[in-house]
Amino acid sequence: MKKAFLTLIIFTLAFITACSQASKTASPSASPSTSPSEAASTEPAASPSAGLPKVAFVYIGVPGDGGWTFEHDKARQAIEEKFGIKATIVENVPEGPDAERVFEELAQDHDLIFGTSFGYMDPMYNVAQKYPDVKFMHATGYKTLPNLATYQGKGYQPGYLAGIAAGMLTKNNKIGYVGAFPIPEVIYTINAFTLGAQSVNPDIEVSVVWSNTWFDPATERQAAISLLDQGVDVLANYQDSPAGIQAAQERGVWGMGNDSDMNRYAPETYVTNPVLNWAPYYTDVIQSVIDGTWESHQFYGGFKEGMVEIAPYGKNVPQDVKDAVDAKKAEIQAETFDVFTGPIYDQSGSEKVAAGAALPLEDILAMDYFVKGVKGTIPQ
Amino acid sequence: MDFYVFLIIAAISSGTPLLFAVLGGILSERSGVIFLGAEGTMLIGAVVSCLTFVQTNNLLLATLAALAAAGGMGLLHAFLCVTLRANQTVCGLALTLFGTGLSAYLGKPVAGQALAVAVPRIKLPWLESIPFAGRILSNLDVFVWLSFALVMLLYLYMYKTSWGLHLRAVGDNPATSDVMGLSVSVTRYIHVVACSMLMGLAGSYLIMVYSPNWIEGMTSGRGWIAVALIILAAWNPLYALGGAYLFGGLDALGFRMQLMDIGIPSYFLKMLPYVVTILVLMAVGWRNRNKPSVEPKALGIPYMREQRF
Repeated sequence: MKKAFLTLIIFTLAFITACSQASKTASPSASPSTSPSEAASTEPAASPSAGLPKVAFVYIGVPGDGGWTFEHDKARQAIEEKFGIKATIVENVPEGPDAERVFEELAQDHDLIFGTSFGYMDPMYNVAQKYPDVKFMHATGYKTLPNLATYQGKGYQPGYLAGIAAGMLTKNNKIGYVGAFPIPEVIYTINAFTLGAQSVNPDIEVSVVWSNTWFDPATERQAAISLLDQGVDVLANYQDSPAGIQAAQERGVWGMGNDSDMNRYAPETYVTNPVLNWAPYYTDVIQSVIDGTWESHQFYGGFKEGMVEIAPYGKNVPQDVKDAVDAKKAEIQAETFDVFTGPIYDQSGSEKVAAGAALPLEDILAMDYFVKGVKGTIPQ
Repeated sequence: MDFYVFLIIAAISSGTPLLFAVLGGILSERSGVIFLGAEGTMLIGAVVSCLTFVQTNNLLLATLAALAAAGGMGLLHAFLCVTLRANQTVCGLALTLFGTGLSAYLGKPVAGQALAVAVPRIKLPWLESIPFAGRILSNLDVFVWLSFALVMLLYLYMYKTSWGLHLRAVGDNPATSDVMGLSVSVTRYIHVVACSMLMGLAGSYLIMVYSPNWIEGMTSGRGWIAVALIILAAWNPLYALGGAYLFGGLDALGFRMQLMDIGIPSYFLKMLPYVVTILVLMAVGWRNRNKPSVEPKALGIPYMREQRF
C-alpha cells in the first residue's frame, strides 16, 4: 500500500516538475531541434558562408518584460523576417554557471550567438575560446576575442534628451530618478539626464534612489513612491518594469521609463524615454556573417547609427518641450553636439571635464561619479 | 509629520500582500500542513486575476477568479499531502515550481499589457477628521480594509470559537482529535484550500492594486518572505499584522533613508528587513526559551489512523 502511494506521488511530482519546466523556458537541449534548419539541410553548420547562418539568442528575461528583452526580441523578429531564418531563443537564463552551459550547448550547432546581458561576459568569453568557429555577440560587455564582439547603445544620448524634457516640465525643480544598480551604464545615463535638465533649467535637483534590482515591480514601485512622497514632479526610472511610471501616473506626476516605449502604461503622464533599437545593427551583423566579412569589434551605436532613439511623446507633452528636444536630437544626430562637453563638475564641485573639452568614450563608459546637481550616493 | 504619514501608508500598502499570504499560511499550518507553495500560488492568483480582468473589466470577478484558481492549487496540495500523505515540503516546492511555470505560460498573451484598474478607496468623512491617523486611514483601498477585517475575523475564529479550537487541536494532536470525532482530513482540506485562496488574494492585490500589469515572476520572492513571516508571527493572526507591516515598513524605509543621504550604502539598507527579522526572531526566541514552543505539534506530519510514530 505504501509503495503504491509512493509511486503515485513520484509520478505526480515528476509530472508537475515537467510541466513547470516545459512552460517556463524552452530548454536549451530541446530548442535546437525545434528550429527548422534551412541552412543546415544542405551544408554543415561550420561553413556559414555557403548559406544562411544559424542564429541563437540568449535572454536574461522574457520578451514579455516590456523593456530590455522586449526590444532585443523585436530585433530578432525583424532579422528573421529579413533573412528568412529562424533563430533559436533561450529565455530566462540566469547569469552564472547556467549561462555557460547554455552557451556551450548552443555553440555546438549554431554559427552566431547573441548574449544580451552584461553578466554573460565571462561565460561567453570561456565558451568562445573553446569554439573558435562560432561567432559570439555580447551586449554591454567589454571583453573581446577574435570570435567575440561586443555592442552597446549610447544610452546617454537619448538620456540627455529625456533630461531636457524633464527640466522643462518640472515646476518645483525636484526631479526623481530610480536607478537599478550603481554601474557605469546607469550612472552615465543619470549624469546625461541631469546635464540635459540643467541645460534648460540650471536650478533643478535630481534625487536618485537605487532599487538594486532590474526586475521586481513591487520593489521598484516602493522606490518610486519614496521619491513621489518627497514631492518630485517628474520621475524617471532606469528599470525594466513599468511599475515606477504607473506609480507616477497615480499621483499625476510626469513619468519616464527606459529601454522601450512605455506610453501604454501611463498614457496621461508619460513623457518619453531612451529606447534601444537593435534591429539595424543585428541586420548588419548577420549580413557580414553571410558575406564572410565579420570581424571582432566593439560597437557603440548612437543616434547616428540608429541604435538609440527616444520613444514617441506622451499625448500631454507640450509642444515647446517636443520642439526643444527634437532640435537637440538633430544636433546630436549630426554630431555637432556632444553630451559630455565640459565644463562638467562632480558632486563635490571639482572639475571633471574642462570647459569646451569632450569626454572620451572610454571615460564615459567607466564613469563612477555623479555630476553636480544629482542628490544621491554611489556605494563604493 | 508628513514623513511618518507617507511611511506608514507605504508600509501598509507594501505589507498587505504579505499579510494576506501570511494569514493563509497560518490557517494551513495550524491544521498541521506546511504550505510552501506560496510563491507559485500567488503567481497563479495574479495571472488569473489579470486574465479575467482583461476579459471582463470587472475587479470583483477578477478577484473571485484568482480565489478559485488558487483554491485549485490548494486542493491539489491537500490531495497530495492529506489523502496521499506525501511529503509536505516536497509537494510545496513542486507547487511553487508548477505555479511559476504555469503562470508564465498562461500570462504570455497578456504580458506587458497595462490594466486600467480603479480600485475603490473607502472615504469616510468622520475618519478624515482624526489627526494623523485620519490621513492614513482615508488613503487606504478596499483590499486593505478587507485585510484588517480578515485579521480580526481569523483571530476570533481561531481563539474564540469551537471551530477554531478544533483547528488547533487537529494541528497539535490529530490522533486525539480523531478519537474525539473530529475529521482530521476534512479540517485539513478546508484550511489548506482557504490558505491557498488567501495567497491567491495576495497575488490579486499585487496585480490589481500594486503593479497593474502582468510580469512573469512578479512576486519575486514575496511568497517565501510570507512563509518566514508565519513563523515570525508565531501562528497568530494579530502578530501577522505586525510582522507584515514591519517588513513592508522597513522595505519602504530603506529607500527613504537613501534619500536622507546619511551615507549608508543602499545594499545595507536593502538588507534591513532581513536583519531586523533575524533580530526579532532572536529576541522572541530568547524570551521564550524556557516556554513550550507555540508551533503546531503535528506540523508536517501526515496523519494516518492507527499509525504509531
